[in-house]
Amino acid sequence: MFNNKQLKILPGFNLTMGFTLLYLSLIVLIPIGALVLKTFSFTWEQFISAVTAPRAVASYKLTIGASLLAAAINVVFGLLIAWVLVRYDFFGKKIIDALVDLPFALPTAVAGIAITSLLTSNGIIGKFLKPLGIELAFNPKGIVIALIFISLPFIVRTVQPILQDLDKEIEESALCLGANRLQIFFKVIFPAILPSLLTGFAMALARCVGEYGSVIFIAGNIPLVSEITSLIIISKLDQYDYVGATSIGTVMLIFSFFMLLTINLLQRYQFKKINS
Amino acid sequence: MNKQVSLNQDPRWIKNLLISIALFFIFLFLILPLYAVFEEAFRKGFFSYANALADPYAWSAIKLTIIVSLIAVLLNLIFGVCAAWAITKFEFKGKSFLITLIDLPFSISPVLSGLVFVLLFGAFGFFAPLLKAYDIKIIFAVPGIILVTMFVTFPFIARELIPLMQSQGNNEEQAATVLGASGFKTFLRVTLPNIKWGLVYGIILCNARAMGEFGAASVVSGHIRGKTNTMPLHIEILYSEYQSVAAFAVASLLTFLALLTIVIRSFIEWKFENQGIRLKKNYTKINLNLKS
Repeated sequence: MFNNKQLKILPGFNLTMGFTLLYLSLIVLIPIGALVLKTFSFTWEQFISAVTAPRAVASYKLTIGASLLAAAINVVFGLLIAWVLVRYDFFGKKIIDALVDLPFALPTAVAGIAITSLLTSNGIIGKFLKPLGIELAFNPKGIVIALIFISLPFIVRTVQPILQDLDKEIEESALCLGANRLQIFFKVIFPAILPSLLTGFAMALARCVGEYGSVIFIAGNIPLVSEITSLIIISKLDQYDYVGATSIGTVMLIFSFFMLLTINLLQRYQFKKINS
Repeated sequence: MNKQVSLNQDPRWIKNLLISIALFFIFLFLILPLYAVFEEAFRKGFFSYANALADPYAWSAIKLTIIVSLIAVLLNLIFGVCAAWAITKFEFKGKSFLITLIDLPFSISPVLSGLVFVLLFGAFGFFAPLLKAYDIKIIFAVPGIILVTMFVTFPFIARELIPLMQSQGNNEEQAATVLGASGFKTFLRVTLPNIKWGLVYGIILCNARAMGEFGAASVVSGHIRGKTNTMPLHIEILYSEYQSVAAFAVASLLTFLALLTIVIRSFIEWKFENQGIRLKKNYTKINLNLKS
């Protein structure tokens, strides 16, 4: 262990730290502070009536419901994709692995119009579903599909490294002791990757709840039916309803902080589990 | 040895089944949307595609997007290097709190990111009287777009550099300083060569997000064609006007950028893997092993 004296030999602490704090304050802290401060300038009645308006409440239910569903679907398929990428070899594996990052690199507006064009009644997928009476565009189902696309990498990329570092010897000893594949998966592998799955789920959920670009094209944006919370904020801003936009924005900000805290706790739990 | 490997292998039918399901899911959710972009863009042939891109409004959107992301990436690069230097080369109290703050924009929704700047600089914002007195326009103008882009891409370069510089330690820099190199020279000659690929990695991710930002830009842009429309906003307008080919033509450029980003990213990861470093390819919080 180096002592502190030795660490302080390097120059530039005041300059770099000063710039870091200044830039952080100007770009992040002051703007977020402005939102909180603005909310405190409203009366309690104003705030409550804005955040409990029927359209707002319907949008919370839709946003959180669709996000939960999309994140849950991705837990299953994200784990499966991570498993296949870590455990098996097949043709084109490297390309598939790289492609998993696509939703992260592709602008959300592009994803939105591409998914919409696939699902409308004359799109590549919509064409086949129409005779079956399944309509995926311009309703909450479409929102879930866009959110599945957006949040897939979060779960694959959180589980993948944990699965990679899993000690194979434990599995082998379980096998030698007579456990079958299913038992090994549920009793040995699953408990080891559970914290990372939960972290991935929480991150996917947080991302989905805040998502805007990929959703609005496919949602149809019908008030009370398929209007997400982000869109309500935008339409309130367009009508210069700053009280409404800011109040609902504060609700979303509180939710973001809550998710951030959850993710931090989950990661600490995961870290503990790895080190024990 | 061979026996041990086979002991741990899943039966062939399970393996094939799981691979098939995974590939089908990826085909459905990742490859089809990708295909749809190009199919729609070339639906009416190459000439309509080229025409759509030659449109002056498309050009001004492309130009604005490049200017905005150049500024945002450059400033966030300077910040990222400073923050990483301060955090990894020195010990101080509240380090992990500072890291949480740096990562904050990552967990805030794009629309909220736009909203906070409207509350500061908008017509009824905190600085409205000041801006009015000096006739400065930020919201519904280019400065607003630059600000929100800086906000949403704020952590990108710092969060790649911090874990990398932490893992490399201080020994080389300390040796350089003891031998009489100045701080800046030490950074340029010793640190920079060690982190250059990490820097490129952070820059391309930051750039991809900056060029593609939609929600936050949409709040502050005002959608003035030829003036405050970035490429994603231009795509939205074209799409809502049922100019599908034109919308997808502009979208195809951004898709190409996304694919290029993925390729460069994979290349850098491969380069690091050859050096025995596994780059953190996940989106969790910046993770410092603060115990050391």
